[in-house]
Amino acid sequence: MTTLTKQPDSGLSTVGGSRKSRKRGKSGAGFRAMGDLKIALFFIAPAMIGFVLFYVVPTIRGIYLSFTEYSILGDPEWIGIKNYEQIAKDPLFWNALGVTLEYVVINIVLQTALALGLALLMHRVAKSTLVRGALLLPYLMANVIAALLWFWMLDYQIGIVNQLIEWFGLPRVAFFGSEEWAIPTQALINTWRHMGYTALLIFAGLQAIPASVYEAASIDGSKAASTFWRITLPLLRPVLVLVLVVTVIGSFQVFDTVAVTTQGGPVNATRVLQYYIYQRAFAQQDFGYGSALAVILFLILAIVAFIQMKFLRGSQSDLD
Amino acid sequence: MTTVSSPNATTRRRPFQKNRPFQKNRPSNGKRPFNWRRATARILLGLAIAVSVLPFYWVLRTALSTNGSLAANSASLLPADFNLGAFERVFGLQSASDAIAEGGSGASINFWQYLLNSLLFSSITTAGAVFFSSMAAYAFARLRWKGRDGVFSLFLGTMLVPPIFTALPNFLLIKNFGLLNTMLGLVLPYLFMTPFAIFFMRQFFLNMSREVEEAAMLDGAKHFRIFFQIVMPNAAAPIATLALLTFMGQWNEYFWPLLVGSSEESRVLTVGLGVFKSQSPQGAPDWSGLMAATLVSAIPVLILFAIFGKKIINSIGFNGTK
Repeated sequence: MTTLTKQPDSGLSTVGGSRKSRKRGKSGAGFRAMGDLKIALFFIAPAMIGFVLFYVVPTIRGIYLSFTEYSILGDPEWIGIKNYEQIAKDPLFWNALGVTLEYVVINIVLQTALALGLALLMHRVAKSTLVRGALLLPYLMANVIAALLWFWMLDYQIGIVNQLIEWFGLPRVAFFGSEEWAIPTQALINTWRHMGYTALLIFAGLQAIPASVYEAASIDGSKAASTFWRITLPLLRPVLVLVLVVTVIGSFQVFDTVAVTTQGGPVNATRVLQYYIYQRAFAQQDFGYGSALAVILFLILAIVAFIQMKFLRGSQSDLD
Repeated sequence: MTTVSSPNATTRRRPFQKNRPFQKNRPSNGKRPFNWRRATARILLGLAIAVSVLPFYWVLRTALSTNGSLAANSASLLPADFNLGAFERVFGLQSASDAIAEGGSGASINFWQYLLNSLLFSSITTAGAVFFSSMAAYAFARLRWKGRDGVFSLFLGTMLVPPIFTALPNFLLIKNFGLLNTMLGLVLPYLFMTPFAIFFMRQFFLNMSREVEEAAMLDGAKHFRIFFQIVMPNAAAPIATLALLTFMGQWNEYFWPLLVGSSEESRVLTVGLGVFKSQSPQGAPDWSGLMAATLVSAIPVLILFAIFGKKIINSIGFNGTK
């Protein structure tokens, strides 16, 4: 993130700045004095319309609606913080939060560990595009497709996975039908879809570590394991933080796979936050309450992102 | 003349031998213990590839089976009772009675229409977002105006806003416009920009050489001409990558189309798939039909990946710092 703000200044002040000022002096056109503002307005106008109409206004309106009671039919009615008070006492909300957290935690642990392992394997034995392509394939599929594919493969009666489990002499698992398995199953589907993508991100980070670092370590007699813990992992930190942020923020917003397969059930086992918001706002037409829930989800994500960037120093690399 | 095939066979075998990695890497005097590690690594990697790819074969195999024989042959590697009925069902080529006899719901599901809707939705939003975002990115990267960096940070900040948060008010807005269940309503929020597209293109423009632009500028060319005749053609490669990524993302979009597009003219494939699944007849779901539909929905992305695989793979790890 630091390079983001650095680059434009250097680019403009060195080459562009001097040339432009020279030209300004020659032509002396009036509006040049205020920079390229008029032209810039033309160039950003369409994006600005989209930005204001579909990002800024909805953000403000969403916050406003969270303080109202609104069922689409009438007008929103201001009720202060009543929605939030109700949420604090809402067992379904706390259940949704707990279930979502479980999903997030399984995803972080499983996905990051598997992806890190895969990236190291790729770094060692196979860097070919074909291998990377094969691993990336699930990520290119829609969540809906991943969900349906596994809904079939994990079917209790005739799914192939349960056939395999039975061959190993273990009892069949009701992946979608049992309360204790429903969330881990959703997390497994998500891990399957994202594992290769995350591995490629980490792989890119691995390749950025110069070979000289490893050479120095091996000259100093560092063993493979200690090289990994003391050199590879710390140098991967910016990438790992990025992966963590993306995984956590994405996982908190799980919706598609749940909506297509279990729809919140069995009982409340997969009623994750976003699905609960969807149900309150659209199935029960309670837009005020749904908006308040969405504000809370937004706050959670903002805090998570802040903590991760701040305390893990994700934007700084040790390679510089 | 019949023995012609034998010399052919030997010539064909040669390149195959040359490519065997183990032969090449192994020193002539014997094995090093290190090889064991490489072998294990290869096996693990192979396993991961199998887990990533084989499910797609299983979908195909199921789609080519009939529902009646799936239960009895639930583990056979080849299609059980090979048959194209499932695909016919998906594309509405089967009569309702045939469909019900084969385990379908008999309800008509207009996949051609959904396919067309998905294509429209994805291409229109991709074209709009990529074009307008490139324009904005140019203003953020190359033009000098007051408040530029502040506005850019604001734009970038929207990447942090979760889609569900803006989806509720956006739904109301589209409803107020009277555009619910229309293609226009579906497309509108994505049409003008995506924060990622602006970020992506700006990063490219910042690193692009200024020389040609400077020369054109001295010749008196205006920014409009420079942008359309010099900058855009030079940015063809990143624009293609961005368009590809955007298109695939839009193709897979589910939540927004679920809220806004539930008429026949506005229902996209992902939403249609969900409907197909929930229409499954009581008792045994129409697995082969469902898998055929899933496969059909995946095919456009698979084709794009087959053609542009390298471009897509190389775009991963892009975070603007390189």
